[in-house]
Amino acid sequence: MQLTNRSKVVSNKEQSFMERLYLPAVAKGMLITASHLFKKTPTTKYPEQTRPMAPVYRGQHVLKRDENGAERCTACGLCAVACPAEAITMESAERKKGEEHLYREEKYAKTYEINMLRCIFCGLCEEACPKEAIFLTDRIVDAEYEREDFVYGKDKLVEKTDKRIDVSKRQTLEVAEFKKIAGTKHNTLWDGKKQLKDKH
Amino acid sequence: MPKVTIDGIEIEVPKGTTILQAARMIGPEVAPPTMCYYSKLKTSGGYCRTCIVKVTKGSAQNPNPMPKPVASCRTEVMDGMEVQNVTSPEIVEARKGVVEFLLINHPLDCPVCDQAGECKLQDLGYEHGSVKTRYEFKRREYDMIDIGDKIKLHMNRCILCYRCVKTCEQLTDGRVHGVVHRGDAAEISTYIEKAINNDFSGNVIDVCPVGALTDRTFRFKSRVWFTKPVDAHRKCDKCCGKTRVWLKGEEVLRVTARKDQWDEVEDFICNSCRYDHKKKSDWTIEGPSPISRQSVISQNHYEHLNELKVQALKQQKALGFMDINKRP
Repeated sequence: MQLTNRSKVVSNKEQSFMERLYLPAVAKGMLITASHLFKKTPTTKYPEQTRPMAPVYRGQHVLKRDENGAERCTACGLCAVACPAEAITMESAERKKGEEHLYREEKYAKTYEINMLRCIFCGLCEEACPKEAIFLTDRIVDAEYEREDFVYGKDKLVEKTDKRIDVSKRQTLEVAEFKKIAGTKHNTLWDGKKQLKDKH
Repeated sequence: MPKVTIDGIEIEVPKGTTILQAARMIGPEVAPPTMCYYSKLKTSGGYCRTCIVKVTKGSAQNPNPMPKPVASCRTEVMDGMEVQNVTSPEIVEARKGVVEFLLINHPLDCPVCDQAGECKLQDLGYEHGSVKTRYEFKRREYDMIDIGDKIKLHMNRCILCYRCVKTCEQLTDGRVHGVVHRGDAAEISTYIEKAINNDFSGNVIDVCPVGALTDRTFRFKSRVWFTKPVDAHRKCDKCCGKTRVWLKGEEVLRVTARKDQWDEVEDFICNSCRYDHKKKSDWTIEGPSPISRQSVISQNHYEHLNELKVQALKQQKALGFMDINKRP
């Protein structure tokens, strides 16, 4: 029974003299090969060249610092509970006196780990974060030799003070609008008196 | 025995019952939320106004409605009374206003607060609150106070429900804990930050509906939803010894009293049970605590799935299906 008409019937037909020469077929093949010399190459020579990426590409995470260089993350655990792959773990600690320039709030993440092998880069952690601390960036997670190396700790996740990572593209209009609402500004320390003075 | 109708459901209750207690007898669907009322504490209630209801018919003798919403925790039922709670749009609106007032000075530091996940104010705000605040002024601020080495007082988060004051008054002898100042400046305080040295003082942590009084031994250890609550008991000569132990792996992070469906303590526990027994071997574990499936604490815990599995197996057996878990 024939299911499709795509099957080819094999024949034992004897080849003609021209076919037995093989030369025209070789020439035909070479011609196809040569024609590719003049076509545009689809290869991107990574890492010298990079392909254009969407501004909202979801790649390696970053833990942001605020304007003063203090870590934003307060280890509230919302990213970990939102994570469908259960890739995030953290431990919190209390900020001591004199560490105000290091950590924004009285609680901070002592350890913060993301298992990049478990992570599915869905971006739910970013969405859950109430402190605008975690963002997914357009960086690609490096290849490693060992599985343990894919567990990224704070050393790899927290941005360096001298090498800030721009996430302004990810901060959508809705986020900007939300930040404008007086009293819910959690990005800058809100001074009610000053705002009122400006108003009148 | 007076008969009262709450949201169209009639119930007969003993004389002297409040509207709130009658509503709780019917069930959680009609029971108004409470922030200050605590059935285990005498004279509690009447401060927060979260439990307001509309009385559309005063009683059988006097069928006039009450002129304004009443606090259901302080109003006794009359025979033939008709009450509206969730069925009245007026009350839903009024409660939203109450929540807005409660949140006026609240710092909204839930990401830092240890109470997050089991906070009544969070639940209330989620259910009845609005997304934005209309308050434009600076919130009142206090310094944190250590009440002894076990309890931390964040006055910023306090809603002045007086539950802790009543607990100290009624549970412990020689009250050292109360409210000083008046009105906007009112604050919970011990006399000059004096430590509460009493065997039952730790219960103020459990009765606090917000994160104003928290356990210092659990401070920033873990978020509540990463711990697993189990019911456990031990022999204790001071209290009943029946507690809820919050585990993370093999570690006991926190011990609290068991709470009922109204989030009220079943039995007050002593400080020695609460603070000094932080080893799993100290406790006889009875089993996982009943936690609502809607609660964030039940996140990533799958106890209810086991129950479902047992049910499904029973159904399959009844229908004559092959048991797929049994290998031939």
